[in-house]
Amino acid sequence: MEVIMSQLFAGLSLGSVLLLAALGLALTFGQMGVINMAHGEFMLAGAYTAYVMQGIFADAGVSLMLSLVVGFLVGGTLGLLLEMTLIHRMYDRPLDTLLVTWGVALVLQQAARNIFGAPNVDVRAPEWLKGAVDILGLAVPRTRLFIIALAIACVVVLALVLKLTPLGRRIRAVVQNRSLAEASGISTKATDRLTFFIGSGLASIAGVALTLLGSIGPTLGTNYIVDAFLVVVVGGIGQIKGAVIAAFALGILQATIEYSTTASIAKVLVFVAIVAFLQARPQGLVSVRQRGIA
Amino acid sequence: MTASRRLARVLPASVLILALGLSGCGAKAESGSTTTSAAASCVKTDGDAVKIGFLNSLSGTMAISEQTVRDSLDLAAKEINAAGGVLGKQLEIVAEDGASEPTVFAEKAEKLITSDCVAAVFGGWTSSSRKAMLPVFESKNSLLFYPVQYEGLESSKNIFYTGATTNQQIVPGMDYLKEQGKTKVFLVGSDYVFPQTANKIINAYAEANGIEIVGEEYAPMGHTDFSTIVNKLKASGADAVFNTLNGDSNVAFFKEYKNVGLAPDTLPVVSVSIAEEEVGGIGVDNVEGQLTAWNYYQTIDTPVNATFVEAFKAEYGADRVTSDPMEAAYASLYLWKNMVEKAESFDVADIQGAADGVSFDAPEGTVTINGDNHHIAKTALIGEIGPDGLIHTVWSSGEPIEPDPFLTGYEWAAGLS
Repeated sequence: MEVIMSQLFAGLSLGSVLLLAALGLALTFGQMGVINMAHGEFMLAGAYTAYVMQGIFADAGVSLMLSLVVGFLVGGTLGLLLEMTLIHRMYDRPLDTLLVTWGVALVLQQAARNIFGAPNVDVRAPEWLKGAVDILGLAVPRTRLFIIALAIACVVVLALVLKLTPLGRRIRAVVQNRSLAEASGISTKATDRLTFFIGSGLASIAGVALTLLGSIGPTLGTNYIVDAFLVVVVGGIGQIKGAVIAAFALGILQATIEYSTTASIAKVLVFVAIVAFLQARPQGLVSVRQRGIA
Repeated sequence: MTASRRLARVLPASVLILALGLSGCGAKAESGSTTTSAAASCVKTDGDAVKIGFLNSLSGTMAISEQTVRDSLDLAAKEINAAGGVLGKQLEIVAEDGASEPTVFAEKAEKLITSDCVAAVFGGWTSSSRKAMLPVFESKNSLLFYPVQYEGLESSKNIFYTGATTNQQIVPGMDYLKEQGKTKVFLVGSDYVFPQTANKIINAYAEANGIEIVGEEYAPMGHTDFSTIVNKLKASGADAVFNTLNGDSNVAFFKEYKNVGLAPDTLPVVSVSIAEEEVGGIGVDNVEGQLTAWNYYQTIDTPVNATFVEAFKAEYGADRVTSDPMEAAYASLYLWKNMVEKAESFDVADIQGAADGVSFDAPEGTVTINGDNHHIAKTALIGEIGPDGLIHTVWSSGEPIEPDPFLTGYEWAAGLS
């Protein structure tokens, strides 16, 4: 029983990490169809923001909370720059975008290496996130609870923005039918930029959160980018809901298989499961209904 | 078909291809020339300089580690030149980048030997880079000095191994745990050749010494989530952990270990891939009090080491640290110098003939070459990571341990090779 509980929690926790990493991508890739290989490097920007903030603010708690905000702005700005300089020229050319953003990712990685040095750096966790709390006899790490809460908060805020604000309505309109939205007087250009800003900012928030769990080095982004894409692809293009379900499903699947086999086998089996799933349902778990003439 | 439906078709495929491509990195087939005709050496020794090659990864994933080795090789070369060179000849360095790719290591090694005509090559880090270079050095009959601890079970007359082999690092690590009365050991490592081989040796050792291996877990390279592995560790009832994880995975592992409330005084982790250089990146907080097994620490209190550390910091900055592979690389250049001077020749066969018994007062203490297996006798040290981020010796083998790469001197290892 304890094993089931602890693995369920491990799965939820892994799922929340995947979700955080994939949420921004679900927006840029899912809603705009841009394969942004530099998404991982926006996470990197968030992680290094946390590192820099720690140098400014002595209190680890203050710097962590501020990093979430500043990281969002830093990542968002980077994303905005990328959209304005390169990506807006290549809508409807997904494979070219893949190559271009891959190149941008390499440039950003090297920039991180030049600025912060090749070795990993460390971000201290605040005191109140150290250690574990006892939940139903289970020692649950506080950092993991924090990340689950953060993931939920991000999803809720994003869902509210998409559902209730004028910006959200515009984004949804552009996703459903770009030409018609444009014809109705929506500036798709401005909407795209804002969407990209939010998506990249969310990646940086993920990056800040990940400093609590893993290493912070120039290759941080590449460790997560593939998993993030898998979540979005399985979840279905165009829906946040799909990404949420997919992230937790993949997290729990990975944790369950890993417990009874090994980490490597679990990774392979999860890949196999995804391939099989996409064979049966190429559009992913949840798909948005398109209104087009084609 | 709308654009986004086309996208839905293309994307899963490209993402999966990408995923496989990324995870396949570093798993490339080893290559190397297999011709056996040893060309006549083209090394020029008649001038007032002699060429040697430094071959380390300055780009790619291994650059982090290998750059530090290059730094200490450069330091050694500079010192040797300042002191008059080798046999009166100044060293002329031909530097190459192995780019973290075994195939590139093999190509560059061949270039260094046949077109630059270097007298010896210093470098390599991963076992796959060494395995890729081995046939090149054997077929061209040249010399490679390899400065990193490795999984043993190898001995080439064209390679000098100046890092530890298993009986100078892993076996003493287990000896220490046994001495501390540990009986249930959990093994965790990255999923590749070194941890798998090391754990085979540990299993054999454990069986012969009444230690129970209560778990053996491997994480894929670049694995970032250790909650399941740490859950298994907690459930296993282990009283010690032997850690052969590599690189970034260590950070995620130790953060998870600490976060679930485990602590080194009840469940110590012995690591063989964490040196001074890595401690900062993992965060001293997360590894303070944990154990490491190496042959050199920056804190070794000898005049030779004090001079080495001081010279290194003067050259590269006061915030730099020195670590075992750096020291082994530094020593390798001096060992080559001492062999050349004993042989009074730069010729490969002469050096091989003169190798046995050549020693050097290295920062780790006196090291001596074993002429039979080309490894060196080194003192094993178990260290504890201190709050200052440096590693302090808590146990020493007392005297240099003779290298035994095939573990022929250990009865329990009979079934291994």
